[in-house]
Amino acid sequence: MSNVTLRNVRKTYPGGVEAIKGIDFAVDDGQFCVLVGPSGCGKSTLLRMVAGLETITKGEIDIGGRVVNDIEPADRDIAMVFQNYALYPHMSVYNNMAYGLRNRGMPKPEIDTRVREAARILEIGALLERKPRQLSGGQRQRVAMGRAIVRQPKVFLFDEPLSNLDAKLRIAMRVEIRKLQRRLNTTSIYVTHDQLEAMTLADILVVMNGGMVEQIGNPLEVYRKPASTFVASFIGAPPMNLITLDADEIRAQFSGDARANTEAGILGIRPEDLLISTEAAASGGLSLDLVVDAIERVGAETFVYGARARHGEPAISARPGELPPGEVIVRVPGQNAPAVGERIMVTAPRERLHLFSADGRRRIDL
Amino acid sequence: MVERQGIRGLVAHLILWVGIAVVAFPVYLAFVASTQDAASIANGQMSLLPGGHFLETYTRTIFVGTSGSTREPVGVMLFNSLVMALVIALGKIAISILSAYAIVYFRFPFRMWIFWMIFITLMLPVEVRIYPTYKIAADLNMLDSYAGLTLPLIASATATLLFRQFFMTVPDELLEASRIDGAGPLRFFWDTLLPLSRTNIAALFVILFIYGWNQYLWPLLITTRDDMQTIVIGIRKMITTSDALTEWPMVMATAVLAMLPPVLVVIVMQRLFVHGLVETEK
Ligand SMILES: Nc1ncnc2c1ncn2[C@@H]1O[C@H](COP(=O)(O)OP(=O)(O)OP(=O)(O)O)[C@@H](O)[C@H]1O
Ligand SMILES: [Mg+2]
Repeated sequence: MSNVTLRNVRKTYPGGVEAIKGIDFAVDDGQFCVLVGPSGCGKSTLLRMVAGLETITKGEIDIGGRVVNDIEPADRDIAMVFQNYALYPHMSVYNNMAYGLRNRGMPKPEIDTRVREAARILEIGALLERKPRQLSGGQRQRVAMGRAIVRQPKVFLFDEPLSNLDAKLRIAMRVEIRKLQRRLNTTSIYVTHDQLEAMTLADILVVMNGGMVEQIGNPLEVYRKPASTFVASFIGAPPMNLITLDADEIRAQFSGDARANTEAGILGIRPEDLLISTEAAASGGLSLDLVVDAIERVGAETFVYGARARHGEPAISARPGELPPGEVIVRVPGQNAPAVGERIMVTAPRERLHLFSADGRRRIDL
Repeated sequence: MVERQGIRGLVAHLILWVGIAVVAFPVYLAFVASTQDAASIANGQMSLLPGGHFLETYTRTIFVGTSGSTREPVGVMLFNSLVMALVIALGKIAISILSAYAIVYFRFPFRMWIFWMIFITLMLPVEVRIYPTYKIAADLNMLDSYAGLTLPLIASATATLLFRQFFMTVPDELLEASRIDGAGPLRFFWDTLLPLSRTNIAALFVILFIYGWNQYLWPLLITTRDDMQTIVIGIRKMITTSDALTEWPMVMATAVLAMLPPVLVVIVMQRLFVHGLVETEK
């Protein structure tokens, strides 16, 4: 059994920075857990605490039924893949992989078997005698993986292992990591800030924000039912449209529902759930009049940016990276899209609407 | 190059050649003088071409020594100098790499305080602290011993500083990967940090070897016995005040011999650098 359990884990750095503010979650044996969140939210800190590279200020970390708070990294039965790979520059690929095993006093023939097996799986058999500097980024990445595999640990820890690769290789390696993890069936914790990586790799997704867990769950579940506006805008690209429920014409659509009327303050609709249509949505659904102000074609799909027509307010960007108030993104499959300046109506059925409390911290299920 | 840059290149090369000649001529002269007989040098009729006394002078210099002023053969002096330069160079490297390791990788009380202490000693070269150092060496019975020749010169702020700066450029993840791989502090030092420092060690060795070889003031103070003399002191002692008694060919031969080991060290190290036996691995 190699499950990982975190119980009310906290971390305060010596300088007084409170990086982790009480986190609980459990990863079952063989599961692939992805920690995702914006930069500085404490993902690396948390992972390094599991690895034993960072002390635990409070709480407990349990690996395979053993509290590891005071156990050295080498004795925790984990292996870690670093963002910059951290290969020993003066050792050959073979020695990079064998080093940890030698330190544990493993007999030579067994080391050799393990290294060659890992090299075969990762297809780096021809590179064993090379030094890291003679390898490409992708090959280094594989060696770093190899170093983790040969240890046959209870838990793999990955800290943004793909972020130094180019886009194409990143996708290829992403698939490969997933396959490898399935094949070895080793519990894994993987840190990334790329929501696509998070969605595709995870068995369980942990969305973090400001040192706390915002939501935990199956990735599709998180996508379907984001627990807060933070999760809603973080998971899914382009992000979910969030509209303040101040305008009466929108609020009126929920007239039948008391909770929606009283508690809800923000309405969310994913760009892919909006449909350009000529007739208003069925009762309870949402209809918006938009004036198209920009079009982005990426081939398989087209993103239509529209300003809410009846609002009439000018589109001013609120914060960098955020849509201006009143701006709505619509995802249209294919390449057919309305022209810029055109007036369109978009609709979404009731079951695709998300409601959040006015502060955005709570989801309201109808 | 010369063809492409025409006359300007030619002039530049000419200047360089003149420079080399100016620097190299005295060395050449020393060698020539060491191969002539004493009389012709003494009365100023030295030829500019090597004479016929090469073997005779050098054998006598190395194995017998001058007849008057110093009674030890230069071979002994060479050995003393070699021991001194090697112990100082290796000792400095060993001590400074260890102290830099402690300062960079360990958290202990007064760490920065200690670092600044070491740093401040940079401002106190041997000459400045020579009296107290001599007193201590004398009280510890280290006069006329290899320990006395070398130990006081070993502590080195410069090398410590250099290694500290280098260690700070080594990514933290290497240490972390080592910890996960089950390497303790000593293993990490031995298996990772030391091999990564090879280039720095080699370069420092050259500098420190020459520093140790060229020491003059300290050996002059600390050694009185002839068989503990270093070659630099030996040359000085061979030159007596009366010109006629100075055996110039042997003095020059000693000077040439004194130059050889540092040159050899530079050449050998150069080879290592060129052949990539020591190279940066980052
Ligand atoms: N050694 C440290 N000392 C003090 N504060 C630190 C230290 N390391 C990280 N922090 C702080 O802790 C917080 C979390 O950092 P962490 O590196 O875990 O973020 P992250 O989620 O991994 O971000 P990124 O995606 O950019 O890697 C940040 O506010 C950071 O400034
Ligand atoms: Mg990080």
